[in-house]
Amino acid sequence: MNPRRKQRLLAVSAVLVVVAGAIGLMLYALGQNIDLFYTPSEIVQGKKGVKPQVGQRLRVGGMVVEGSVRRDPDSLAVNFDLVDTGPMITVSYQGILPDLFREGQGIVATGYLTQAKHIEAEEVLAKHDEEYMPPELAEAMKGIKHVKPSEAGYQKE
Amino acid sequence: MLAELGHFSLVLALLMAILLAIYPLWGAQRGSATLMATARPLAIGVFLFTAFAYFCLSWAFFENDFTVAYVAHNSNTLLPWYYRLTAVWGGHEGSFLLWVLIFSVWTVAVAVFSSSIPREFLARVLGILGLVGVGFYLYMLLASNPFERLLPFFPVDGRDLNPLLQDFGMIIHPPLLYMGYVGFSVVFAFAIAALIAGRLDSTWARWSRPWTLAAWIFLTLGIALGSWWAYKELGWGGWWFWDPVENASFMPWLVGTALLHSLAVTEKRKVFKSWTVLLAISAFCLSLLGTFLVRSGILVSVHSFASDPTRGLFILALLMLVIGGSLLLYALRAPQLRSIGRYQLVSREMMLIGNNILLSAATLVVLLGTLLPLVHKELGLGSISVGAPFFDQMFVYLTVPFVFLLAMGPLSRWKQQSTSALGRHLLMAFGISVSAALLIGLGSDSFSYMATLGLVLSIWILVATVQEVRQRIAGSGEMFAGIKQLTPSHWGMVLGHLGFAVMIIGIAMVTSYSQERDVRMAPGDSIELAGYTFQLQGVEPLRGPNYTGHVAIMDIYANGKKLNHLEAEKRFYTVQRSVMTEAAIDVGLTRDLYVALGEQLNNGAWALRVYVKPFIRWIWAGALLMAIGGCLSLSDKRYRMAKLAHKASTSEKPQMGKASAMGEIKRADV
Repeated sequence: MNPRRKQRLLAVSAVLVVVAGAIGLMLYALGQNIDLFYTPSEIVQGKKGVKPQVGQRLRVGGMVVEGSVRRDPDSLAVNFDLVDTGPMITVSYQGILPDLFREGQGIVATGYLTQAKHIEAEEVLAKHDEEYMPPELAEAMKGIKHVKPSEAGYQKE
Repeated sequence: MLAELGHFSLVLALLMAILLAIYPLWGAQRGSATLMATARPLAIGVFLFTAFAYFCLSWAFFENDFTVAYVAHNSNTLLPWYYRLTAVWGGHEGSFLLWVLIFSVWTVAVAVFSSSIPREFLARVLGILGLVGVGFYLYMLLASNPFERLLPFFPVDGRDLNPLLQDFGMIIHPPLLYMGYVGFSVVFAFAIAALIAGRLDSTWARWSRPWTLAAWIFLTLGIALGSWWAYKELGWGGWWFWDPVENASFMPWLVGTALLHSLAVTEKRKVFKSWTVLLAISAFCLSLLGTFLVRSGILVSVHSFASDPTRGLFILALLMLVIGGSLLLYALRAPQLRSIGRYQLVSREMMLIGNNILLSAATLVVLLGTLLPLVHKELGLGSISVGAPFFDQMFVYLTVPFVFLLAMGPLSRWKQQSTSALGRHLLMAFGISVSAALLIGLGSDSFSYMATLGLVLSIWILVATVQEVRQRIAGSGEMFAGIKQLTPSHWGMVLGHLGFAVMIIGIAMVTSYSQERDVRMAPGDSIELAGYTFQLQGVEPLRGPNYTGHVAIMDIYANGKKLNHLEAEKRFYTVQRSVMTEAAIDVGLTRDLYVALGEQLNNGAWALRVYVKPFIRWIWAGALLMAIGGCLSLSDKRYRMAKLAHKASTSEKPQMGKASAMGEIKRADV
């Protein structure tokens, strides 16, 4: 091999090694950071036959059950129930709930499944919109309309 | 009436854009001077009609004309007048009108400031911009017309502007960001025009460099402002959330940064041509992809607009057309692009290849993390989300080699760099940065690997930059004369790199040493955090023009001395019926004290969120430094000298020779 070719080969293989390493690292990191989305009934009954493992990190989306929010009197710990169309699960959270957290409204929580029907949430999200329902949940709850009567006729569409 | 005029004006702008897409391109192909001469007046026409349409919509907002559907949805009589004017870009339709207006501004800027560029090339550039414009205007008129009326039944009052957007940051964030996004369409047009002409030489690189820089500066400022706005407005104290829409703006920035560097190589050394073209095309395609993600409603994010499938499909089709068309042209022309320059393994060219590879890898990481949830869902594999730790982890891996090369690049010569000379410099930089970082790290109360790594990286950049400047001025003997000799574009590079170093310090410190506490407090209670005492004085009711709420009054003490008095608000916007947190921040060079009011608890207690964020200002200061560096580069006489040189002689060869000779002279003193 002449030196120029050799140099090129060296450059190309170096690039390949770097790219392969990068992709490997990326996939590994990705595999650890994907959170699967469940609805409360999917956590209890399983999603396509697969139940989430206790200890698994996941995202759950559901409607907060009316009257289920219980605050600890001395700290910021809070418990509430989530529901879609089937059984309920309980979510515990430490901290300040988002501005739009209300009973009867859709939220998404990310956290760990600590018992079969209990989630320790690290993050609770409610969108800045009163009518918000997570799209995944809306899909799971097809048939249940979540439209305010006051909305009808106001907008053109 | 004015709304109809505005609509009509948009139609005229579309017609002008269609003509702009046809005549100049055709003229350039046939060599007809008359047809090519139509480019400039047509571009100005597009701009004037768009500007008039924009004025009409602003007027409808100012006059509270709620018969216009878009105004009724995004404004309210209680809204102060300045927010009524900025509410024009508070929703989907109007923000797209702003987008198109900015597009026409860029087009006119190209038409006006490019008198030095051969008219054939200019005609092609403007023609391509016209073609892109046709897509934008069609989309606006067919799928998102901001002038639609709500007649005969229109509301008495509007639904108000989203409270998140009622903030000073929001007044300037979207225009700046759009200037950046749309600016890449100019770079794209230059690349395509050069591909059509089959002449991708270093003159092309020199012409597109200032435009790339300008777009990049705007994008940098826009993203930084967005981050600052999110920090103070969302009430979570975070400055970057890896939200899909943030990612959508970050990807063109990464590619744009790579493009800036590779254009420099193409201009100076006539290599990497096809790669540079590919980057120019991708930067614009990623801008369009961002638009698609934000406006199609396919993603759920704080930024997303109302979803409408036709809109998504239209942008997707436009995206396919642009990507497919430009890549086809690229595939046809790329084999003709031969790079003449030669370079060795250790040379500035190689360092810049490394820079480009790492920036492209970073773009891929962001692209993957953003699109994977979409793909996963479309394939029916269920909903997933990619967590922020993924991005954080990947960016740490990518930043370390990136910074390593960043210091070596400017110190190396083009073509070939002697390894031993470079090694000496690097050894010194390495020694200084590691020992300084360790000293600082061990001197502080708590040692953190991440913070120390961040310090090493930024001191490494600092030392290498100082070495590089010294190396440049060493030849001229006297220091001040040497400093004077450095060009503005060189200072631009220095500032850009230092800005990055400053930003790394900020990021490392904030991620390692931030302290936060969510607490339950009654009036009179106080808590201690990072040596500061926060005492809640009381919570009082609040009344604003279009909101009511509560304000928490908090006194901060450090070492027994009163430091500041903060008022954190919780607002309830009556029309939109939504709650907003207005955080109160005590700003400092080395730390921010951040207080946000949470919900009301029983027995008069409130939930409060208190943060101490060290060095967070440095993140935005770094971005600002980078943008100032960009402006300095832009002000370089080189770009104007190219004009003069071009006027003197129409052939490019002598001009090129001169420029590279100048480059050699500058390097010769190393």
